This record gives sequence, C-alpha cells and structure tokens, in this order.
Amino acid sequence: MSTQPALISDANITWDLPQRGRVGMYCLISAESAIFTIFVVAYLFYVGKSLTGPMPRDVLHAPIFFTICLLSSSLTIHLAVRSLKRAKVGGFALLWFLTLALGATFLAGTAREWHRLIYDEGLTIQTNLFGTTYYSLVGLHAFHVTIGLLGITTVLLFALLGYVRQEHAERVDVLALYWHFVDAVWVVVFTVVYVIGR
Amino acid sequence: MATDAITTLRAETASLPFVVRLHEWVTTVDHKRLGIMYIVYALVFLMIGGVEAAIMRIQLIRPHNNFVSPEVFNQMFTMHGTTMIFFVIMPMLFGFANYLVPLMIGARDMAFPRLNAFSFWLTAFGGILLYFSFLGANGLYGNGTAPDVGWFAYAPLTSRTFSLGHSTDFWTLSLLISGFGSIGTAVNIIATIFCMRCPGMTLAKMPLLAWLNLVMAVLVILAISPLSAAQIMLAVDRYLGGHFFDTQAGGSAVIWMHFFWIFGHPEVYVLVIPAFAFVSEIVPVFSRKAIFGYPVMVAATVCIAFISMSVWAHHMFTVGMNANANTFFVLSTMAIAVPTGIKIFNWLATMWGGKIHFKTPMLFCIGFLFQFLIAGLTGIMLSAAPFTWHLGNSYFVVAHFHYVIVGAILFATFGAFYYWFPKMSGKMYNETLGKLHFWLFLIGFHLTFDFMHVPGLLGMPRRIYTYEPGRGWDTLNLIVTIGVFFQAAGILVFVANLLWSYFHGETVGSDPWDAWTLEWSTSSPPPAYNFAIIPEVRSRRPLWDLKHPEDPDWKYE
Repeated sequence: MSTQPALISDANITWDLPQRGRVGMYCLISAESAIFTIFVVAYLFYVGKSLTGPMPRDVLHAPIFFTICLLSSSLTIHLAVRSLKRAKVGGFALLWFLTLALGATFLAGTAREWHRLIYDEGLTIQTNLFGTTYYSLVGLHAFHVTIGLLGITTVLLFALLGYVRQEHAERVDVLALYWHFVDAVWVVVFTVVYVIGR
Repeated sequence: MATDAITTLRAETASLPFVVRLHEWVTTVDHKRLGIMYIVYALVFLMIGGVEAAIMRIQLIRPHNNFVSPEVFNQMFTMHGTTMIFFVIMPMLFGFANYLVPLMIGARDMAFPRLNAFSFWLTAFGGILLYFSFLGANGLYGNGTAPDVGWFAYAPLTSRTFSLGHSTDFWTLSLLISGFGSIGTAVNIIATIFCMRCPGMTLAKMPLLAWLNLVMAVLVILAISPLSAAQIMLAVDRYLGGHFFDTQAGGSAVIWMHFFWIFGHPEVYVLVIPAFAFVSEIVPVFSRKAIFGYPVMVAATVCIAFISMSVWAHHMFTVGMNANANTFFVLSTMAIAVPTGIKIFNWLATMWGGKIHFKTPMLFCIGFLFQFLIAGLTGIMLSAAPFTWHLGNSYFVVAHFHYVIVGAILFATFGAFYYWFPKMSGKMYNETLGKLHFWLFLIGFHLTFDFMHVPGLLGMPRRIYTYEPGRGWDTLNLIVTIGVFFQAAGILVFVANLLWSYFHGETVGSDPWDAWTLEWSTSSPPPAYNFAIIPEVRSRRPLWDLKHPEDPDWKYE
C-alpha cells in the first residue's frame, strides 16, 4: 500500500477556510474578554463597599474628551486598513499615525487622571476597595492600550521604511481587530466606572 | 520513493551528535516534537505528583503516624493537587492534542508553530517555577517553602498575614504563567482546526478527537482566563497591598471561591473531554465498527461544555448560599449527567455487536467506561446540596474526584499511550507488560479509591494530618494505602514498557491497528512534513474508503 493516500481525485472540492490570523485573534479576544469580565464583576461587586474614603463620586470625573479620542481611533484605523486594501500606502501611513496619536492621547489622559488621583486626592491602590478595583480595572485596560500602541508603532515604523504594501492589508487588519477590541472594552469600563460605579 | 527518503533522513538524524539533537529539540517548532515534549514533561511530573501522593498515604496508613510533619503534609497535598491538574494532566492532553490534531485533519503543522513552542516553554517554566519554591520561597522572612494553602488556595489563607515568605507567590505566578501557555495552546488548536483542515474534511467529517479537542480548547479559553484574572488579583493583593480578598478592608473571601470555581469546574471538563476523545477513537477501532451516533456525540460534548459553565457553585454548597442559588446549581449539576450518559450509551452501542479485540488500549477504555460511570454516579449524589452538607470536604469527595481523574481520565490516557505509541515511536509496545500494567493499576486503583469512599461516609475530613484510633477508619486507611503500592508498581511497569519498547520493540508499519483516521496513513513516526501530498477526504473514515473502494463510507454518510 502506498504511504500517501490519494483518496479522491474525481471530486472537485471547493475548499475555502478562514484566515488563521483572524481566527486566532478572535480566540485571543474571547480569552481577554473573560479576563475583563472577572475584573468588571469584581468592580461591580465592590461598588459602595469601601470602608473609608475617598469615594468614586467625590474624585472621579468622566474623561469625555479622551474617550472621544480613543473611540475615534477605531474609525481612523478602519479607514487606514481600507486605504491599504486599495493600495493607497500614503493615506494608510497618515491614518495609521493618526490612530497612534489618538491612542497616545488617551493614554496620556489616563496618566494625568492617575497623577491627580494619587497626588491630589490621595487615592492609591492600597487606600480602599475602590482604589484596588479602580486601578486594577482601568490599569488592565491601559495595559492593553499600551500593547496595542506598541503594535501600531511597529507597523508604523515598517510603513515609514516602505515595507508595508497592499498584500499586507489582511495582516494589518488583524491588529486593527485587536484595537477595536481595546476600544470596545473601554465602552464597558467607562460605563462601569464612570456611570454605574459613581 | 518517499519512504526511502524518510528512512534515510531518520538514519541521518540518529547519527547526529547528542548536542546537535538536543539543540534541535529545544528549538523545534514541529507539532510532533512539541507534543512529545509535553508528554514527557507530564510523565516526569506524574512521577513527582505520585511520590507526593504516596507520602500522604504513608502518613495516613495508621492513626497517630509521624512519617512527615504537619507542615510537610500541607505542602504535599497542595503540591500534589496543583501538580497533577496543571502540570500532569493538562500538558499530557495538550501533548496528545498537539501531536494528533494536525495529523488527523491532514495538516502539516499547527496554525501557529512558533506560538506552539512558546506555549510549551511557558508551561514548562511554570512547572519549574512551582518546584523551585522548595528552594527559593524562604524569602527574607525565613518562612515557608513550598505552597501549603491547598490547591484552591482559599482566602484569607493566601493573604500576607497568614502566608509569610513567598510560597503563595510561587503558586500564583507559576499558575499565571502556565495559564498563559494553556491559552496560547487553546488559541492554536482552535485556529488549526478551523483553518488547516485538508480538502474535503468539513466539520461534520472531522474525527471525533479533533471535535472534542476543539470543544476542550474553547473551554480552556473560557475557564483559564478567569483563573488568570483571579491570580492577577491575588498578586495585586500580595504585592501591591490591594484588598480584593482582604476581609479587614471590606473585601470578600467568598468571591475568590466564586472566581476559582468558575475556572475550577469547567477545568474538570477541560480534562475529561480529551479523555472522551481518546475513547471515541480507540473503542471503534478495537470493536471493528464505526462510532455509534457521531452527530449526537458532538452535540453531547458541546452541551456538556455549555452546562459546565454554569455549575461552579456546587463546590460551595457548604459555604452557605441562599436557597435559590442552591437550587439552581443542584439542577444544573444534575442536568450535566444527561449528555454524559448519552456518551456512555454511545460507546456501549459502538461495542455492541462488534468484534472486540481485547488489546491493552481497549482494556483501559473498558476500565474507563465502568469507572467513569461510578464517578458520575457519586457525582450525582454530591450534586444534591443536602448530601454535600453532610459530606462536603470529606474523603467521600476526594474519592469521587479521584474516580474521575484517575479512574476515567488517567485510564483513558493510558489507553491513548498504548494506542498511539506505535505511531509516535515506530515500535510496538510489549503486550504482556501492557496487560500487567492494566491489571496492577486496576487492582491498585480499586483498592485505593473504592475503599476511600467509606471513611468519608464515616466522617473523615480531607486534608487531615492524622486521626484518632477506634473510629472505624484504621483498616480502611490501611487498605487505601496498600492500593497505592499496586498503582506505583503499575506505573513502573508502564514506564519500563515504554522505554524497553522504544529501544527494543518490534518495528511496525504505518497502520498496525488497521485503523481509519489519517494519522495512520503516514509513516510511523511521521516525517517532519507529515504528508508528502496533502490528503483529500470524503468521509469520516478516509482509510476505510481507501481500503474498501467497493464499499466506501461516503456513500452512507
């Protein structure tokens, strides 16, 4: 018997499988969602259970401007990938840089808020349950933004050096998928921390 | 011819110096080598975890024994549980999944080979980190060595106040790291199955092993992630002074239990579903029949996975929940018996009327069937909250879950070892030693775990260091410990068989079992590229179609 099966040669099979990068990213997003779910549950469970101040309603102000920055970066990254798919490399680089700038602005906003909370309001991760859950949840999100920004910066460097071409659009799109996830999580975190939790 | 080239290649590889071969293994991204590394790694930890179990059993062999100190006893049960779950069974099953899934779906490797290697080394590092605690966890305070908080590490035992030194940190970080490795492997398995199947292999034509490992990988993603989140919280508490599980600052010890068991119960199915997968491949081949009720098997597995996400708090009946929560978790836990029962009947129906060959893999699968049934029955007993109020945290519970993990999962895994050993090594194992292993292990298993139920019913709590004489526990504990020696003898025979057969076994061809799935269509062991020509399939049993062109399966499916 031959070692290799040539099992069917008569049938013409049309064979179209999904792109592995996308499937892998969807799986990673599912895992990350589960992690965030646990942190969100912990946050909601501990709302109002802190024994000492400061309390959320005294010190938290909804970061509307920075939220708009982050959410609009989803639009710019989408447009960037669309430009690349249409082989407009220049437009891609510009929109990609804009995404990076918007994301970095958001991160700077988080940093400023933390600075104010720590030095002006005296709220640290050790102060009370609110501090513990707030810095963990917002910090976990900021960590994901940082990872996303590192990825975006890497692609931007490659783009500026002229290595990113139309055929890479599918791969760049996988990174964009992750960025959309980071933005979507912020909608949840914002709602939980600045709307429900306050 | 292709085979000649492969033999030449193997002869060349064998003659390379040891350092070069070691370097090849350490830097490999080949799914087969990584699979074997997972399996060997798990076998090493199986020995270590087994020795820890034996130490506990020797301590409990008679009342007022002083074989080890109470502190060491606490470390032994913590390390035994953590090792067996995270560094034996999971890597073992990941190893088989890594090795078999690409071969069975006609692919040349996993979807992300480098992620695969990364995941393996994360898991390996996690295990080494856990055991480094014996040396390194003394910390600045000179307190503690290995983790001693139990494998589910309830708060507040894990707080800085009660766990000085670094033992709990080693536990947390090793599980966090190996957890990331597990998530990476799960992502890889899912992407492989969705994106790498050979032409013609629709989802409905995949071997059951691939299907069940797909479900397992989904469960890993949904179960290990909450554990990682909880471990991050624990690390925040211990390192940064957070208050997640700090009751003094308004935190909750119970929420740790919820987070842990949201991981912990699906984890049971992460472990048992690949065992189902082995049985679903082995039973048909040794009954000479196609699997009975393939679509129902898939549906039942998916159903088990769904329900398993909603049963976690049956581990917490004794903690005290309200009546509605108790009722919900009693009912959902009982409901899981339905799809599980369906699977047992399907395996029986596969054997029914078949021409059964009682080879070692089949013996282990038959052992699995009966022992898993009994494990399920005690599971239904424990699913009733009032029953658990009496027997929670007793040796009855210990006996129940060891029936699942040893009686079902380990037996099925031994079956898988013997079934795929010829494929992985190119050599046939020794059938006499295999049968000796089966009978020794079967006798040892039943001596240990059948008799372990009774002291539990008589009120013996788990994790107890020693006990008073005259409570009716003495003889039973003696029998339980005697069983351990039979099991250890069985394991030694098993390892001896593997080693002896690897070096001196009879060389086998590509298909020693006359089996039907694609891994048997390539040489044993398979070449690095698996298939010279990517196969195309039309049915669930492509090799049957090849061997019986006059009566192929695809006419009936």
